[in-house]
Amino acid sequence: MEPMMVGRVVVAGEVRGHVLVSLEPISFWGGYDQATGEIIDRRHPLTGQMAAGKILAIPYTRGSSTTTAVLLESVKEGKSPAAILTSGVDRFLALASIVADEMYARPIPILALEPGDFLKLHSGQVLRITLDGRIFFVDADDHLKD
Amino acid sequence: LTLDLTREDRNMLEGGYDPGVAMAMSIITRMAEVSGAACLIDISAAHIDSALFMGDATLEFAERLVELGAKVRVPTSLNVSGLDEAGWREWPVPEAYAEKALRQMAAYQRMGCTPTWTCAPYQTEFRPQFGQQIAWGESNAIAFVNSVVGARTERYPDLLDICAAITGRVPAIGLHLLENRRGQILLRLEHVPRSMQDSSIFYPVLGTIMGRAAGERVPVVDGLDITPNEDQLKALGAAAASAGGVALYHLVGLTPEAPSLQAVFQGLLPEEEVKINEDLLVTTYRGLSSASGNRLDMVAVGCPHFSLAEFQQLVSIIKGKRRHPDVQFLVTTNRFMVGKAWEAGYLDALHEFGARVSLDACILTSPMLPPEIQVILTNSGKYTYYTPGLLNRQVFLGSLEECVDSAVEGRLVREDSVWNR
Repeated sequence: MEPMMVGRVVVAGEVRGHVLVSLEPISFWGGYDQATGEIIDRRHPLTGQMAAGKILAIPYTRGSSTTTAVLLESVKEGKSPAAILTSGVDRFLALASIVADEMYARPIPILALEPGDFLKLHSGQVLRITLDGRIFFVDADDHLKD
Repeated sequence: LTLDLTREDRNMLEGGYDPGVAMAMSIITRMAEVSGAACLIDISAAHIDSALFMGDATLEFAERLVELGAKVRVPTSLNVSGLDEAGWREWPVPEAYAEKALRQMAAYQRMGCTPTWTCAPYQTEFRPQFGQQIAWGESNAIAFVNSVVGARTERYPDLLDICAAITGRVPAIGLHLLENRRGQILLRLEHVPRSMQDSSIFYPVLGTIMGRAAGERVPVVDGLDITPNEDQLKALGAAAASAGGVALYHLVGLTPEAPSLQAVFQGLLPEEEVKINEDLLVTTYRGLSSASGNRLDMVAVGCPHFSLAEFQQLVSIIKGKRRHPDVQFLVTTNRFMVGKAWEAGYLDALHEFGARVSLDACILTSPMLPPEIQVILTNSGKYTYYTPGLLNRQVFLGSLEECVDSAVEGRLVREDSVWNR
């Protein structure tokens, strides 16, 4: 099967899940509830959505440098996104994943996408991500069989 | 792409020092690889945001580094603490939180960091020099030190900042390199009245516009008619770093790396030009307040931390006044600055007015607000941006004068100015 797209591997990992996508950048600090995985930035289009266990696709993070800590806490709480897709390498997110690896051996897979590929994503799609950065579209029935 | 490490870098990575140094160096080199850095460079100072208790994982990280023998290699200041060490019992801070926040604060001091506990380290003896390579955390501090001081730091997130301080080495990327410090987007002020530029509210509003327009790019503002003071620049950068990802801005003819338009763009053209007029400023200002009506429970100033000059300004406005019993008035600053304010004789006036001063911490990051406080008036663009999501409270943005008048009247009071007509 042909991958839907190929991303640059920032932190490698294999995962499948529903994607939650927004073109609006987000600050995890003040924007992501580490205890529940809910997007809580009231000004963000995804506000009120649960990102825990999903593949979160956002162009980049913004605002305070505390984003990394919030994401790491969410890994410890088991409420982090299953993977993160960005348009370009986001160092704030990469760091959280690398430290999660150093401390808990639980890195969050992160891929950087071409901007054009980013626009092909729609919330609710089920994606499968491979270790080498290929992204496949999985239909929902297939997903349920696993 | 290959990362070129020196013999000393490898020595740190491969166990020539305590294991805490190896862990810090492993994180630094993995981040260097992710960032596409060719090599690491030396830093001569660091400012650490990580000492703020965020949860069990960040505490575990700090205590593991201590356990593994990590110590900072360069002079290192600390950002806001998890709580006001001396005064936290005056606020409804939960005991369980306090215990962990204090442990986290202690861990960073055990690694050799200095307990400055401020988000405005550039207003203390830890202010670096022009051109100095440093590793700073805290978005407002990064914006100020790059833009106003001209020292060079990338945006150091929590956890990486302490790894940089422990190793004294950082990836040679981003704003450490001169070519990445050029302006990218041009914001031109057009017919903005001088009276507007003189008002303190202009700076958080302009900063918000800068942040929204620039995102993570480097904005250049041309056309300012006045020379802003350092506290106004502090407000500008804090708002720009909240509303966008601004880590460096230039004001043509004012900030040290912007002697001229041509110099600041390093011979290239701006990627984009945005015009800023009175309408955009007023519309942006009005959109920043999330609260409506005139009910008010608290006034909060000192985000980023209040400076001595701001204490002086506040004291001149509150002279002979007293706050309404229904509205609290909170000033957030740090132990160093409150000592200066005490020496200058400002604290009695604050006490008579009925203001409370909280030290070292921040309402955004310390669980100190009682539940009855629901509507807050502030002069800070950063508080305005974060309070609704982070504290689930509503905010008004207003000038320092409006903050004082409203606290006296017990309800929101607006000035008759160009901002409110």
